[in-house]
Amino acid sequence: MAGSGSIQMRDSDDVVLRVENLVMEFPAGLKQVVHAVSDVSFDVCRGETLGIVGESGCGKSTTARALVQLPRPTSGTVTLDPGTDSRVELTDLEGEALRSVRPRVQMIFQDPISSLNPRRRVKDIVGEGLAIWCDEHPDVDVDARVDEVLSAVGLDPVVAASRRPHEFSGGQCQRISIARALAIDPEILICDEPVSALDVSVQAQILNILEEMKERFGLTLVFISHDLSVVRNVSDRVVVMYLGKVCEIGNSDALFSEPAHPYTRVLLASAPEPSTVVDASESAIGDEIPSPINPPSGCRFRTRCPRATELCASQEPVMEEMGPDHFVACHFPSTP
Amino acid sequence: MDAPVQTDPAEQFGAVVARRLGPGFWIAASWIILIVAAAALAPWLPIADPNETGVGGRMDGPGWSNWFGTDNNGRDMFARTIWGARVSLIVGFFSVLLGICIGGTLGMIAGYFRGFVDRVISFSVFVLLAYPGLVLALLIVGLAGQTLPIVAMTLGILAIAPIARLSRATTLAYSEREFVAAARVLGATDRRIMIRELLPNVLIPMGALTLLGMAITIVAEGGLAFLGLSVEEGFSWGKMIVLGSSPRTLREGPWVAMFPIGAMFLTVLALNFAGDRLREYFDVRELGIGAG
Amino acid sequence: MAVPLLSVADLQVGFATQRGLLRAVDGVSFDLAEGQTLGIVGESGSGKSVTAKTLMNLLPSYARVDGSVTFDGRDVRAMATEGERHFWGVEMTMVFQDPMTSLNPVKKVGEQIAESLRVHLKRSRKEARDEACDLLQQVGIPEPKKRLTQYPHELSGGLRQRVVIAMALACSPRLLIADEPTTALDVTVQKHILDLLDELREERGMAMILITHDLGVVKGRADQIMVMYAGRTMEQADTATLFSEMRHPYTEALLETIPRIDMASHTRLVPIPGNPPDAVDLGPGCPFAQRCRYCSAACLVDQPGLDQHGDGHACACHSPVGTEAGAAAHVSNLETGVTPAGLDMGTFTAAVGETA
Repeated sequence: MAGSGSIQMRDSDDVVLRVENLVMEFPAGLKQVVHAVSDVSFDVCRGETLGIVGESGCGKSTTARALVQLPRPTSGTVTLDPGTDSRVELTDLEGEALRSVRPRVQMIFQDPISSLNPRRRVKDIVGEGLAIWCDEHPDVDVDARVDEVLSAVGLDPVVAASRRPHEFSGGQCQRISIARALAIDPEILICDEPVSALDVSVQAQILNILEEMKERFGLTLVFISHDLSVVRNVSDRVVVMYLGKVCEIGNSDALFSEPAHPYTRVLLASAPEPSTVVDASESAIGDEIPSPINPPSGCRFRTRCPRATELCASQEPVMEEMGPDHFVACHFPSTP
Repeated sequence: MDAPVQTDPAEQFGAVVARRLGPGFWIAASWIILIVAAAALAPWLPIADPNETGVGGRMDGPGWSNWFGTDNNGRDMFARTIWGARVSLIVGFFSVLLGICIGGTLGMIAGYFRGFVDRVISFSVFVLLAYPGLVLALLIVGLAGQTLPIVAMTLGILAIAPIARLSRATTLAYSEREFVAAARVLGATDRRIMIRELLPNVLIPMGALTLLGMAITIVAEGGLAFLGLSVEEGFSWGKMIVLGSSPRTLREGPWVAMFPIGAMFLTVLALNFAGDRLREYFDVRELGIGAG
Repeated sequence: MAVPLLSVADLQVGFATQRGLLRAVDGVSFDLAEGQTLGIVGESGSGKSVTAKTLMNLLPSYARVDGSVTFDGRDVRAMATEGERHFWGVEMTMVFQDPMTSLNPVKKVGEQIAESLRVHLKRSRKEARDEACDLLQQVGIPEPKKRLTQYPHELSGGLRQRVVIAMALACSPRLLIADEPTTALDVTVQKHILDLLDELREERGMAMILITHDLGVVKGRADQIMVMYAGRTMEQADTATLFSEMRHPYTEALLETIPRIDMASHTRLVPIPGNPPDAVDLGPGCPFAQRCRYCSAACLVDQPGLDQHGDGHACACHSPVGTEAGAAAHVSNLETGVTPAGLDMGTFTAAVGETA
């Protein structure tokens, strides 16, 4: 699996976010390096929801953070509006220039409580983006905008605005986070496990709000989760990651109805209620995830893969087209 | 086996109880307020002039005319204990204030920017910690003179290092929180993040530390007094204790030392207790655990 | 049903708080036979973990417990006050969500397993070591001999949980309580652990209580299921009945609100409006009434009792799903557009459902 190659990239004017050869490495002491993300490429079209799915340690959250340059990736490029005149390469920008394009890409995080400053009032939290940029947009009525986004996410501004985060439940805190991101009218919203920390009875509320906000504010979403059913529900296109590499990428319905990569099939078979397109026995693989400090040679999934051969150890598979808008990086993909 | 970390009502219950300051806090706070008020209003209080000799006899014991007795110059110990609080409290408060302004800022800068800046500041802090405090105090007070501002500044410089460490650790912990990442994504400048997002959170443990720090510096000032390095003009509790602790005075009039010792003891105890309760109280709030 | 191994009757657990009594568990009853699995399903704050901790005698001393717990004819709560040492950890054991909280980070895995064998079963050092090795083999840990000398941090999350299970099994318990045993683990490992627990239960004929927030987890594994909400039992039935003849609106809502892997993309989820209630201030009626689309006027004032709906199927609801009362309440709510609790029926179709 190692999703090297770029055949999955689309050449459309509609692409609003293009990530090419993204590499993220962290020092781990003793001259060792954590290969958190290795050569990942994908793109997102306007109005699309891209889901990124994988287990902990697969690099999905690191990828999400790299999109907003927190921190700046080790190498690779992240480009906004690549096909147009307003093309901006985030990975090239520094200081003020980077700061000035930040409002275009916003992010919401997993932990609803840690996402909000416990000492500030909701109206200040939601209005923070507007307060930062008030010099550039002096005509914006901050209070009115805060009320608008709070109502949009289903909170009563009269009740909520003057309270502090600890007076709210997890689901409500996540609504406040969404309102904060929407207040400055972003183009792209990156959601890093937005429902994983919530009660099951509240998850659907947040997922539905994200769908509605996407429509109402014309957003493009990048949605990261370890939960395949959630990712399938929200996504138009899905990227499956393992140990810092892309295994499979494709249109959501194609990928979930004809999963080609053995790892995708394992994920589908491991769900509490497994998918019917795979056999339950396909979940039987080893439990040991290799260390990202010293990832396996060739295909990174080979140590747990039932189909692995010597070829997989010696040669890294390259992205290949499986069908319309469906790509996989595997020497022995399942064919429908 | 330990119980796992969960958000069950049983755990939330612990938080509900811990949010009480308790009667002990209020007793401690009352004592602090009383001492501060007495010290501040000393010139207007109907008490004897603390420097006037012969108010009573020499070494009179505590009694109706002189509540705390008199010292070997016949000065009223009650008035002196109140006036002594002025210097002790001023030194305690301003030295901690200086420590927090400089140490707190340095710690926040180190904790937020990390990397090279952090290494430079942390190294300076280590140097300051490694340098013997008494020697530093001798040096500064000896060279600059034994005035009130100099003594307060000296103790303030000694307070910088521990305060900077606490501030750095708190800042580091909060910088990891996602609301800081969210602010950066919104486009907030480093300055804005430090002032709007981090400062309010760092100030809370700092506030509790102000009280604990005052307790420490009041005692430290007493230590300086024993070395003859306290203020030259006027007197603090420390200086009073020194005056009252010659073997002869201790034998003939133990109250001369006992009353300033008692005042210092109670005040330091109250400051420690109140500071500690405040810290616990705010630690819980900061977790943001709300019912429902 | 055979004579139950564990019998819980009208269990109440409360915590005194400044705002009043927090009823963490309110009137929970169930029987569990040898070799059977009970699934307890609920969200955080539903009382499912407090129930487990009560059984395991792990509650803090300020908890107020009432009701009876009988294990094989013995009064479990009396044993707790008498300080019985060889019951918990021997006949009844528990596996927690995060394996790291159950393992001592500075002791070798082998020593930790051997410890309970030596304390409770008085095994010699060597016997305990051999048995520990066997146990690791049984829970599917490769190279058990080598693992005995490793520390917990050297193992992956899945292996750690297997070690915890081995520790729990050391004294051949008759009842194993697993509290969200896979929530902290990776997706590909979760199923393995659940399957392992199931196999071990079958091999050893022990009973198991599986606590989870996901109905899907217990669907194929539990013999009976108990759905809890706000400390109360909402619905209780054997697994097949629960899924075929679901009666409680909360159970139904839970199933509808969770996306399933075979649903097409962008399938609209039916949200459960509002938030779980505050367990300190529950009020007189049904705790789910504020979020329920079958809510009737009675639900707001009268707490429904646990009514029987056929053999062993109990449901605490005034207007259960699939009954005339339920249908009538739903139709009437649709007609007026709001439930008696003031909930706009439109929120079940609109995205933004919030009443707070």
